[in-house]
Amino acid sequence: MNDLNISADQQAMLDRFLTQNKLFFAPDPAIMENHRIEARSPLEEQLLSQSVDRHKINEVRGLVVAALDESNTMIEQMGAAPGAKWGDMTTAIFTASGDLSMIAPHGVGGFAAAVFYPIKFILKYWVDEPTVGVKEGDGFIHNDARYGGIHNTDQSMMMPVFWKGKIVCWLSATIHEGENGSCEPGGMPAAAESKFDEGLKMPPFRVVENFELKRDIVTFLQNSVRDPKLQLEDMKVRLHSVLRLRERVLKVLEEHGEEALISTLRLHIEDVVEEVHRRIRELPDGTTRTVSFADSTLRENALLKLNMAITVKGDRMTVDMRGSSPELLNRSINACQASFKTMLFTGFMQNIWPDLPFTMAVFTPFDFIFDEKSLINGSFDTPQAMSLIPLFKTMTIACIPMAKFNYMLPVRYTAMVAPQYDQPATLIYGGLTQHTEYVGNFCADINGMGQGGRSHRDGEHSVSPPFAAHCDLGEIELMEEDLPIVRLGAFTLAKDRVGFGKQRSGLGYEQIHTYRNSGLWGFMTGCSGSLFSSAQPLFGGYASPTYPLCKVKGTNVFEFLKEQPDGLPLDIVEIMNTQPIPGAQYSTHDMGMTFELAAPGELYMMCQGAGGGYGDVLQRDPDLVIEDIENDLISHATARDIYRIVFDSDTLVIDREGTERLRADERKARIARGKPYDAFVAEWQTEEPPAHLPFFGCWDDTSQVYGVMMGQRMKMDGDKLASMFMLNPKDVQIAALQAEVASLRAAAGG
Amino acid sequence: MKVLVTENLRIDLDRETWECRHCQAELVSARDNYKRGLLVYDRDPREIHKPLLDPAKYARTYSPDPQWCRILEYYCPKCGAMIETEYLPPGHPPVRDIEFDIDALKLQWQDREEVREVPVGEEPPRPRGHSHAGHRH
Ligand SMILES: [Zn+2]
Repeated sequence: MNDLNISADQQAMLDRFLTQNKLFFAPDPAIMENHRIEARSPLEEQLLSQSVDRHKINEVRGLVVAALDESNTMIEQMGAAPGAKWGDMTTAIFTASGDLSMIAPHGVGGFAAAVFYPIKFILKYWVDEPTVGVKEGDGFIHNDARYGGIHNTDQSMMMPVFWKGKIVCWLSATIHEGENGSCEPGGMPAAAESKFDEGLKMPPFRVVENFELKRDIVTFLQNSVRDPKLQLEDMKVRLHSVLRLRERVLKVLEEHGEEALISTLRLHIEDVVEEVHRRIRELPDGTTRTVSFADSTLRENALLKLNMAITVKGDRMTVDMRGSSPELLNRSINACQASFKTMLFTGFMQNIWPDLPFTMAVFTPFDFIFDEKSLINGSFDTPQAMSLIPLFKTMTIACIPMAKFNYMLPVRYTAMVAPQYDQPATLIYGGLTQHTEYVGNFCADINGMGQGGRSHRDGEHSVSPPFAAHCDLGEIELMEEDLPIVRLGAFTLAKDRVGFGKQRSGLGYEQIHTYRNSGLWGFMTGCSGSLFSSAQPLFGGYASPTYPLCKVKGTNVFEFLKEQPDGLPLDIVEIMNTQPIPGAQYSTHDMGMTFELAAPGELYMMCQGAGGGYGDVLQRDPDLVIEDIENDLISHATARDIYRIVFDSDTLVIDREGTERLRADERKARIARGKPYDAFVAEWQTEEPPAHLPFFGCWDDTSQVYGVMMGQRMKMDGDKLASMFMLNPKDVQIAALQAEVASLRAAAGG
Repeated sequence: MKVLVTENLRIDLDRETWECRHCQAELVSARDNYKRGLLVYDRDPREIHKPLLDPAKYARTYSPDPQWCRILEYYCPKCGAMIETEYLPPGHPPVRDIEFDIDALKLQWQDREEVREVPVGEEPPRPRGHSHAGHRH
């Protein structure tokens, strides 16, 4: 039947049959794998082929941006989700074809840069679907990252704007809601072993008709989550901020006409594409590469590689991620390629081209190459609830290869910066509050990563999350009013936990959590970086250190403090090393912890992380090293052993000649201990990953990828990756204990 | 014509060589991997990121695990400047991090002025400014 010939009529009938009898409207690869802007619509072509009044464009752009700012502020003022209170949201406007044009000036752009996917889905599938359709007054909700998005905690409201009976643009509002009914509270379940453990999985569907929420559907969603109040409140907030935005856009249409709005939205993104082509053309032709490792699946330790090669040729850029870790079928840390691209784009906007307008059009000149079924090109069936593990790394990974392209340029668009801390080091909580309400969410500390060192100054401390520059850390007092959590230590910078360098990184801070006044409360953390340093350095600096989770259990700190109000130092290192509460159990753990119930007054302690250091530590200004001691950022030992400063311990006066000598000696020592590269590699490099490492990703050849399947190492062709299936960590532990029991019995018997 | 490539490296386009920016040493051909012109040392990460929690009491101490993570330090063979660092699992092949098309680079720089002092880039206004000997920030 290979030579089947059918007429055009028959073909049309076949196409119609297939369209009308679609079994399931799954995410469409033609949408999800296309990050580029659409071709001009006939109307856009007609408007833009005439001469365009650039002053008018600029005026309309100003009005739209002001409207976006207003609607975003509405969410910030009214939003119920903790994320909305700290700036974890945005509003945005899209062309009629669904391309992201502009976002609110203080919004989290990644949200909007993911929402164009579901809008394109609605346009392709629901507009002409007789049982759905899209009409004026409709609003659509969405949260499933497989249809576009970063992760399923984020919920969006999308609304078309009609003018003279036709869609002229789309509007959206997105909030990181947190709770979504997943198997663990808070919406980011590390324990998810399939996508069905992830809670709400909303492809885009209508939830608003005639500008009003449909209460039956809202009730269904409320009934599916732990926090029905939050679900209702924020659906209202998103709707009303979009409605306000719509009013403003209608004003623009009335005053300036549809031609002006359509031309503005389209030109805005076309100009960006042209400017990015120009910026790529400025770069040297060639390839720069980097690797990044996560050391945890959040259930067990595993070394998961992200392998990046960026190639510039003329005015095109290719991002090649082949050789990265394979996907894990029963772990929640996979990401789909659309989420990966959105977060890589966010990182470009944070660190590389922050002066460009925030639109996904920036990536139109980019090509991407992935292995199928890799951790960052995960298939439809993989759980992706904790995609933040690879995606936080994705936001900073390009800093290093792009710095190696950008450094030579006569003009820089922003400062050279080493990667920011790249793991979501925040506590996730769930349970019954003092107000007897069930909740599940996360703390604002996710917004407090230390920045990397910069070419000309040190990194900022705990400045922002890697996905936005203007999110806030929240007010502890406000949080304590709503939740039983008590913060005993907060915002103390984590001394000596620094990315050292000529310009050091910013530091993260310590978080000491406990709770009281609840009969049911627990915590989880979803973070890697306890074995392998997370934030990588630039140009010869050092990385961030690793960070453990520290617990003090089997005690109630409130009872202890009643007896000894001054007995607890509010410093993690001191608490752990001096163990001031008698009878308590002190322990350290990896930063990936699935949800566990805690007893009142137990301590869960962690740090927000430092960024990477910039440049050679021996080139750090000795005065700045002493200033770091004065500011309690580093110890005397760090100043002496890492920076090689000679100074008086009491007065902190620097011995400048002594320092020169010590540094010269260290340079000589480096030359003495270093080996020529070829000789070193001959000795260092192994055929394959060491047997003791659960290694995922390529080793020397990017087309050969390692993985671990049911506890056994596998080697695969990169273009034929299998999904890895992990053993249950409890089964692994039971097997080890059984073996131990057997050997003890044998020893006792013998 | 010299092109600055990193904080520590530049390429002399006429001689087609990688050079150390601190001591002007010629390292290796610009068409080769610059790392081949450097010395390398396999550093135990606990020497840099020292254990802050008592290793006698705890498995995790804020130090990377040396079985999982090593630091490769790259030094200039003439002056001992730290040119690059690389955090890798033990035995992992070093990354060929920079591979430029030197002929294209020459063409590109034909019409450009040599950059001797690197520009800082745009900076948001900062409320506090102060200076130290020989150092502004
Ligand atoms: Zn040198």
